[in-house]
Amino acid sequence: MRVEELATVKEFEAIHIADKDRAVSTGYCGDLLSDVMANAPAQSVLMTIQAHKNTIAVASLVGISALVICNGRTVGADMLDAAREEEISIFVTDLNHFEAAAKVMALLERGDAGTH
Amino acid sequence: MQEIPINTVTSANVVLELIYRLKIKDVMTTTLVTATKETSLRQIQEIMRREKITGLPIVMGKRLIGLVSMDDIIQALDEGYIEDQAQEHMSRNLIILEDDMPISFAINYFDRYRYHRFPVLNKHKELVGMITNRDITNALLIEINREVEELEKRSRRVEGGILSQEMYTYYIMKNDFENAGHASTEIKKRLKSASVAPQIIRRAAIASYELEMNIVVHSDGGQLIAEYGEDTLTITAKDSGPGIEDVDAALEAGYSTASEWIRSLGFGAGMGLPNARSVADTFHITSSPEGTTVEVSITLRAVEEHTDES
Repeated sequence: MRVEELATVKEFEAIHIADKDRAVSTGYCGDLLSDVMANAPAQSVLMTIQAHKNTIAVASLVGISALVICNGRTVGADMLDAAREEEISIFVTDLNHFEAAAKVMALLERGDAGTH
Repeated sequence: MQEIPINTVTSANVVLELIYRLKIKDVMTTTLVTATKETSLRQIQEIMRREKITGLPIVMGKRLIGLVSMDDIIQALDEGYIEDQAQEHMSRNLIILEDDMPISFAINYFDRYRYHRFPVLNKHKELVGMITNRDITNALLIEINREVEELEKRSRRVEGGILSQEMYTYYIMKNDFENAGHASTEIKKRLKSASVAPQIIRRAAIASYELEMNIVVHSDGGQLIAEYGEDTLTITAKDSGPGIEDVDAALEAGYSTASEWIRSLGFGAGMGLPNARSVADTFHITSSPEGTTVEVSITLRAVEEHTDES
């Protein structure tokens, strides 16, 4: 699916869409950035509570397409600036990682069903 | 009055980076000539003449208690009290600098005050050096020369071309989470512009990011050096201490000495060195209290025509 489809989840608020057509093919949940670095697949959407600039750096380095900041954490201006620069989309949600991942999974499955 | 013709706000980025990175202790004079409070102004004049200096710190042990400048000596000669002891006429309200401050502080001080030199104290309030604007200009000239050489080397590179014999040094400061990841991002961009295969870029990004974060989180500051050969990328992370107490343990996944605050940011899970080692083709580490050096290399391979990318 594409990044813009994440905006159709009513619990997700898009605060920065860098490239609405960028591909999302899977997801990853994690707050340990070293673990995200080592294991998050490219073209994934990352569910995390790490609402700071360094998350953008990690996302950019491993090729993560979008972030979903969970548990209602707020995104500061410096993180947003970094997201613009590195072209990473950011959504925020009050859902936790598990609930947010379930929404993303539903979208991915719907996308798969549509293409087959 | 002599001023240092560099301002600490709008100068070229390379210069700004330099004056914030260089510490006063890196440029100050550490061979100190001092006198005690009982020394006569005449003796001080003699010391100044012999040592070719224009200001003398007055100390009790390692503690700075005053300063006698050439101006004080001239006044003493003028008014006939040159045989008096230093303690009767020395300046006691001194403006001092600390050895851990960046030299930007010193530049601002030389601009703001009319003094030609400042005493430098360490964190135990002991006198450890003197700094003059000449010390600063010399250090800046040496560093700027080195930066220019690097820029010249960089400007010779062909954008998007193949990689060969390029070398970049990135300076990384302790606890600078603000700029953390910059070096790794630059390395990634360079590999991408040379059409290196994505799986290889990812491994290089992981290794460089982990080593970069280690310098930010654990060291007193250091540098990341990326050397691009025709088919190998070598990344060297060098810091200036305090060293890893147990290197074998640090290479075990899950071993960490990070603080709670650092962990709350998502770092310090004890995966840095193991991650870097697992993605590298070669991995070497040496550590002592003077510093840690980690060198990793990754064999580069271009995107192949038939590569089946996910």
